[in-house]
Amino acid sequence: MKPTNIDNPEYFHKVIDCQYACPSHTPVPEYLRLITQGKYDEAYKVNWISNVFPGVLGRICDRPCEPACRRGRVEENPVAICRLKRVTYDYKSSDTSFVPAIPKKKNGKKIALVGGGPASLTVARDLLPLGYEIDLYDDQSKAGGFIRTQVPSFRLPEKVLNEEVDRIIEMGINTHFNHYVDSLKKIIDKNYDAIFIGTGAPRGRDLPDLPGREAGDSSIFIGIQWLAAILYRHITNAPDRVLVLGGGNTAMDCCRMAKRLGAQDVKVMVRSPREQMKASPWEIEDAIDEGIPIIDNHSPVEFVVKAGKLVGMHFQKVQVRYTNDGKKELVPLDAPPVFYPCDLVLLAVGQMNAFPYIEEDIGIEMNERGTPKLDKITHQSTVPHIFFGGDAAFGPRNVITAVAHGHEAAISIDIFCRGKDLHRRPAPKTSLLNQTMGMQEWLYDAKVTEDRRYAVPTVDRVKSLKNRLVEVELGFSKKTGHQESFRCLNCDVQTVFDHSTCIECDACVDICPESCINFIENASEEELRQNLTVAADNPAQALYVSDILPTGRVMVKDENVCLHCGLCAERCPTASWEMKKYTYNSAEAGDKIDEQD
Amino acid sequence: MTSTKPAFRHPKLAQNSLGLTRKDYEGAVSTLCAGCGHDSTTNAIIQACFELNIEPHRVAKMSGIGCSSKTPAYFLDRSHGFNAVHGRMPSIATGANMANRDLLYIGISGDGDTASIGMGQFAHALRRNLNLNYICMNNGCYGLTKGQDSATADMGSTGKRGIPNPYASIDLCELAIELGASYVARGFSGDKKQLVPLIKGAFAHSGLAFIDVISPCVTFNNTSTSTKSYEYVREHIEATNTFDFIPLQREILTDYAEGTTQEVIMHDGSIIHLHKVDSKEDVTNRLNSVNKLEEEKAKGRLLTGLLYVNQQIRETHDILNTSLRPLNSLTENDLCPGNTELQKINDSLR
Repeated sequence: MKPTNIDNPEYFHKVIDCQYACPSHTPVPEYLRLITQGKYDEAYKVNWISNVFPGVLGRICDRPCEPACRRGRVEENPVAICRLKRVTYDYKSSDTSFVPAIPKKKNGKKIALVGGGPASLTVARDLLPLGYEIDLYDDQSKAGGFIRTQVPSFRLPEKVLNEEVDRIIEMGINTHFNHYVDSLKKIIDKNYDAIFIGTGAPRGRDLPDLPGREAGDSSIFIGIQWLAAILYRHITNAPDRVLVLGGGNTAMDCCRMAKRLGAQDVKVMVRSPREQMKASPWEIEDAIDEGIPIIDNHSPVEFVVKAGKLVGMHFQKVQVRYTNDGKKELVPLDAPPVFYPCDLVLLAVGQMNAFPYIEEDIGIEMNERGTPKLDKITHQSTVPHIFFGGDAAFGPRNVITAVAHGHEAAISIDIFCRGKDLHRRPAPKTSLLNQTMGMQEWLYDAKVTEDRRYAVPTVDRVKSLKNRLVEVELGFSKKTGHQESFRCLNCDVQTVFDHSTCIECDACVDICPESCINFIENASEEELRQNLTVAADNPAQALYVSDILPTGRVMVKDENVCLHCGLCAERCPTASWEMKKYTYNSAEAGDKIDEQD
Repeated sequence: MTSTKPAFRHPKLAQNSLGLTRKDYEGAVSTLCAGCGHDSTTNAIIQACFELNIEPHRVAKMSGIGCSSKTPAYFLDRSHGFNAVHGRMPSIATGANMANRDLLYIGISGDGDTASIGMGQFAHALRRNLNLNYICMNNGCYGLTKGQDSATADMGSTGKRGIPNPYASIDLCELAIELGASYVARGFSGDKKQLVPLIKGAFAHSGLAFIDVISPCVTFNNTSTSTKSYEYVREHIEATNTFDFIPLQREILTDYAEGTTQEVIMHDGSIIHLHKVDSKEDVTNRLNSVNKLEEEKAKGRLLTGLLYVNQQIRETHDILNTSLRPLNSLTENDLCPGNTELQKINDSLR
């Protein structure tokens, strides 16, 4: 293999698994370290700069960082990164000096945001400090979009949402609430310099062709509409028996909400097997903990309506089979349909994009999936000054992805308004700083704790099931948050190797607890992976390969389960190994673009 | 300010036939200088024990005084051990070995502990061909007392002190061959590929197995003018042979070119396959082995590998015709012949 190019900003970034997996690339180890130091304000700020809604995301994030966390490969469970994000919100002071100053003198550019969800709010936050004037249009009375209307309060209290949304509104957005944009043309006609569309994937999928759908209509609801109706108190209770159709997070929210509105018998009906459900494992767990059975491998057949009243549903038991070309099929079992009685059915079988307000003749081209044709990096549509982000861009994803889209779109809009090439984007801001303080002393806490993942305490179940406004999770105490943060392996503190000073004494090989380090004959990557002391069988994790050493061998380190404990550097007599903290901050709108080449 | 090693190990760490991983053969974290050759040697011992499926509780580690003699703390922390007086490791090992011949004895010593204060003890352990694996971590200086030249420092070699050594050096391997050791090898801490099989061969051997491990002192004797620095050793090393150690009951699958290999069957039935640079060399011939060492020395080369092995020399227990059962397992019934026998003996003396 060729020597690893550690000057590539993405190499060490990839070693920080959590940050790399995060769509917004939040510097996770950095804020966990700040929590261990009790610096909640600073930890919150690190989050806020990157993901804009730490209090919200600390409760409802899809947390792609956690399955990626190296700790999960070293022992059973990853660090509870998401709930530690909540810790930064819960224990920060009321200080808001981290909010950048907004220039009184504007730059003369006007931007419209259509839809007031997380993507649009992120665009606003990134562009307001640069002097842009921003108009926000939303059909609701408050901003927040999906996270306000569809995420139940028992998971996300309104107070938290308001604080983080209002902070951005107060930076100086001209809001146009209760303003449904029924024609994009009208917005275009207002001559904005750029328009950002973040209207989400607002249409809940229905099952229009299922027999009985029309007859039972008064007792059948689309899940997301039902949740929104509860928020606005149009619906305040649920009947005795409720069936929720679907296996995603909305289904989990619906079933738990139904329990809180008085339903006694709530069941979730899923077509796929349990392990293939789309919902996050922890959300499924929470539902089951509240006494809600998940009945998988059941495909809906018909709504049974008697005397004009919905009395239940028929389901066909199915089995998953894979066709030769790997496609998933649900094959009905040779058994009669089963009947489940119910008084209410909630459909949470997916969401779709819908742009009824975009006129066909304004030049925005759509693809076959009903989403706009976009440049994947710049988020620019086929109309140069119109950009898309969030679920409206590439279909339903999650909040943190919407935030990441917002950042990218803001960068694009800023470059666009300055008349530059959208593909010449600012680089991430990186630094690599030595952590040596003295003999076996580091600027970071190199000790690896053996503590296993701490559980988040919850409120008494009887109490929480009575009131939909009571948040179920209590969050970590300061003490537990502190202990949980220490489980972080400091993957941002990199092991940096200098082949020119190495004397090949093997000290690092001998001390490494994870047998990561090898001095062997060079070969192709495939062969090297096999030839290591412990074969490197996780291809997602890089091999760090040095230049040729005096004995003709190369140093090969498998990054996979490195504990970043610093022992290789401690035992190195020539400081050929050094522990250096790699800081990677994604580019922000307004950052300078390298004008070379 | 000693560092602690995290408890986690690679989840896919290999297991040996006892179901143990390398971790089960480790000891405390070393307090020697970072980069010390002794740490590498220690890890070669750990690797050899792991690969040979040795039960840690069947091992006794003996050592004297010195940096090298600290190392038994850094491997096999579930084994027996005794840290003896300076240069007295062979006596303690002899005593223990007499009491329980069933254990595997690993004697760790250094060049000072062996070639200076312990020379007398060393010589007699060799002469008796004690069933001991005598590993000398040889760095050519007294590292624990700040790097004075030791008796194995080559003439003219200059360590950190900056003064060339005026005396001739003692070649421990030649001495061992001459005084009766039945397995003599030399390795280099920086070459585990060679060192681990050498140690495994020693463990399979019955009788005194002496391994002189050139183990650089990174703090006091790793200068460009020292003959025991990492760089010098790497440049002047000459392997007399490489070999495969084939443990008992393992099928031999490799074919060897005729004339260049020599097969040595060990006492426990394991086989050593030597791949020699020169097919005329015979490692079971004492004269040949000493000559070869001298020849290479004259060329300024440091000969490593398995230098001499003789399966015919009897070890101490055989010489003394001791009980096959360990002495510590003999009961009163075994040891006391009874009144009738005693009377007979007494009568025969009257």
